[in-house]
Amino acid sequence: MVLNPAEINSKLERILPTVQKPARYVGGELNQVVKDWATIETHVALVFPDIYDIGMSNLGLAILYELINDRPDALAERVYNPWIDMEAELRQACIPLYSLETRHPVSTFDIVGFTLPYETLYTNMLNALDLAGIPLLSSDRQETDPLIIAGGQTAYNPEPVYKFVDAFVIGEGEQVIQEVIDTYQGWKRSSSPRQQLLSSLASISGVYVPSLYQVYYHQDGTVERLAKLDEQASYPVLKRILPVLPPPPTRFIVPNIETVHNRIPIEIMRGCTRGCRFCHAGMVSRPVRERSVSAILEAIDQALKFTGIEEIGLLSLSSSDYTHISELVQAITDKYCGKNLSISLPSLRIESFSVDLMDSLRDSRHGGFTLAPEAATEHMRNIINKPLSTEQLLETAHQIYARGWTTIKLYFMIGHPEETLDDVSAIVDLCKLVLAEGHKTIGHRAKLNIGVSTFIPKPHTPFQWIACDTVEKIQAKQTLLKQGLRHKDIKLTWTNPEVTMLEAWLSRGDRRMADVVYQAWINGARFDAWQEQFNFTAWTKAFESAQLDPSFYTHRPRNQDEVFPWDHISTGVRKKFLFQELQLSQASLTRMDCRKQCIACGILPTYANHRRDHPGSSWMCPEVKSPTRNISAGTSADIIPSSGVG
Amino acid sequence: MTMRIRITFSKAGPMQYVGHLDLHRSWERTFRRSCLPLEYSQGFHPQPHLNLACALPVGFTSQCELLDAWLEQDMSLIEVREALQSTLPPGLEILNLENIDLHAPALQTQVLSAVYSIHFLDDVPDLSDRLQRIISAEHLHRLRRNKPYDLRLLIEQACLVPPDVAGRSSMRVQLAARDGATGRPEELLAEMGLKFQDSHVHREALKLSRN
Repeated sequence: MVLNPAEINSKLERILPTVQKPARYVGGELNQVVKDWATIETHVALVFPDIYDIGMSNLGLAILYELINDRPDALAERVYNPWIDMEAELRQACIPLYSLETRHPVSTFDIVGFTLPYETLYTNMLNALDLAGIPLLSSDRQETDPLIIAGGQTAYNPEPVYKFVDAFVIGEGEQVIQEVIDTYQGWKRSSSPRQQLLSSLASISGVYVPSLYQVYYHQDGTVERLAKLDEQASYPVLKRILPVLPPPPTRFIVPNIETVHNRIPIEIMRGCTRGCRFCHAGMVSRPVRERSVSAILEAIDQALKFTGIEEIGLLSLSSSDYTHISELVQAITDKYCGKNLSISLPSLRIESFSVDLMDSLRDSRHGGFTLAPEAATEHMRNIINKPLSTEQLLETAHQIYARGWTTIKLYFMIGHPEETLDDVSAIVDLCKLVLAEGHKTIGHRAKLNIGVSTFIPKPHTPFQWIACDTVEKIQAKQTLLKQGLRHKDIKLTWTNPEVTMLEAWLSRGDRRMADVVYQAWINGARFDAWQEQFNFTAWTKAFESAQLDPSFYTHRPRNQDEVFPWDHISTGVRKKFLFQELQLSQASLTRMDCRKQCIACGILPTYANHRRDHPGSSWMCPEVKSPTRNISAGTSADIIPSSGVG
Repeated sequence: MTMRIRITFSKAGPMQYVGHLDLHRSWERTFRRSCLPLEYSQGFHPQPHLNLACALPVGFTSQCELLDAWLEQDMSLIEVREALQSTLPPGLEILNLENIDLHAPALQTQVLSAVYSIHFLDDVPDLSDRLQRIISAEHLHRLRRNKPYDLRLLIEQACLVPPDVAGRSSMRVQLAARDGATGRPEELLAEMGLKFQDSHVHREALKLSRN
């Protein structure tokens, strides 16, 4: 028998004083919404499968929480994974995973929604289901079990967790969550079998029900095709987008303890037109839609009143590209100057204008100034389509040091396609130039932090055909950096190559990977995103048990015509366009920002109806009659190289 | 004109599990929501001018927490109370509000001792004997964070009280709470051979020096 909230409470009383940060497990914060369980028809648990401290900063769930709780016939409550110490206590006391608001066991909710913004949460999702006492496999669930749905960035390749989730929501969740709830209510009233619910969900645009498809493989292990098993299922499943961004949420729950981002997140725009070829977010979140300055100011004002939080984060994939960025920053400065409010403006372009922007947000000078050149040579920057001259970087660095920042953070990525050790050495040289600029400008106060991540060829990007570097190759490159950047004023951080491998397997995996995820969890893997909990052996053993070769997923270049495990999920960007981008990359040609001219990625024809229904709205796609190609910075502007890959 | 107010507040419910630094931030945010003119320090990292009396261990509840706050302008206490009350987070409640001389010594230096009531979740039949042993001891040498100290010197009063409404065994203790000489209820419980998680500790009063 499942415990009721009162029983859970009384058991918790003795446990909470003994665990780290018990406030993670009690809820009750300002602005949490508690509705009457007994009179509300549909109960939704929103789960971020990591600890409270991480999950509370997630904007996606905050949006859904507000939207669902605004419905009179539904409620949403929060659930996070317990940390290791609390998990042991819960298991020992036989307390099931419960919601923070009313302490109801997760298994008593109607719908359980997981957000999966990164792949290293997969084993935590399994752990959460297990702690909740819900069958891990979709096929084992009965009519009385909750419906398990999932969404977030990783859902664009849902296959590695296809067995565990009843339905995935692909793309933006604001509208589709309402349709899922409506459909669920219709099914529940009809008392039909669970299969009927899954079939009805599949007819919602943007919903992917994995059990309604069958995958066929070639002899060599690559995907041959995917077949529908149900008429209702769509093929491909096209991501959902909002034609116009609604006002952002503002009544954020105010955590009583410190969380990873102690700030109010205000999304100023969605999508990015830069077209960096390695960037998953930039490819899958098109088109660019902006909020108006007045909508943003209004939201900031409300959120400050509701929360009292000291920092605002203006979120987007590329702040500098927000059309009215100067106007917005000016307005915020005028309004909140002297109010002890910090404003963070992430993802700025490398140019002195960015320094002007940050300079006018006077209070935000604590911490360093972050720039992401990603690569150090012109050739590499052309390959990844992030053109930038070294002079421009150095000039920007000079400006930053000159205007009072003592620390610059530079982000690079190693393992780009075609990268050689010389390209990696160039990172060392460039960092030294930047630091020299700092020393010249402000003397020995100048510091440099370097973060070097490792490239993973992500699905739905132009590099999805490319192979990853091997662990040995990554290590060789990292050694070069570690040796070259040994300096008292430089702090270097890098990613464990084994973590990179895991992320690559999980992001590029097919359905067979689900057995690996399951086995890894059995082997003890959880909190894979936590350095001290990371258990690589659990994963390599899981591959052995599943009789799969990990290098099949990571170290194999793909043929142009290979069917990818994620091909039935459509982001609206055409595969053909992605392949053209790959070819341009191989010819070292860049593409201009597509705000200026359409490069025919496929978004406009795919979502033509949205744009027609919302004329003059804030899409940043230029008006087009017929799609044209435009290639900049190249000598052979219209020639697409025809050589294949792999 | 700057004004200094002293707030007596209770800490319970979800706030019971919130530590000292986080409580400090909760108060800052409460003031920010209330739009009261809270004073901030000058300089690179402006800090709110707020002062909490003495840290309450995580998990304890209290009806006597004290906070001094400095406002940039003189206002009526009624106005301040109304503004704060509508923006307090669940778990904090204002019990009293008073004007304090700007030059009065810092709150932390004024606290002498703290009174706790301890309610046991299970029946402790030999509670009286256990307590008697503590009271009649001349010294109670203990080690906390590798530092030896005499717990007995920090116990000012200790007695049994009649069971609470729920019929739970209870006791009341007054422990020193001076800088560098703070008696901790969980240390006392450990000395009595009792687990602190099997009890509920509530701070009833803080005794301040009169000056």
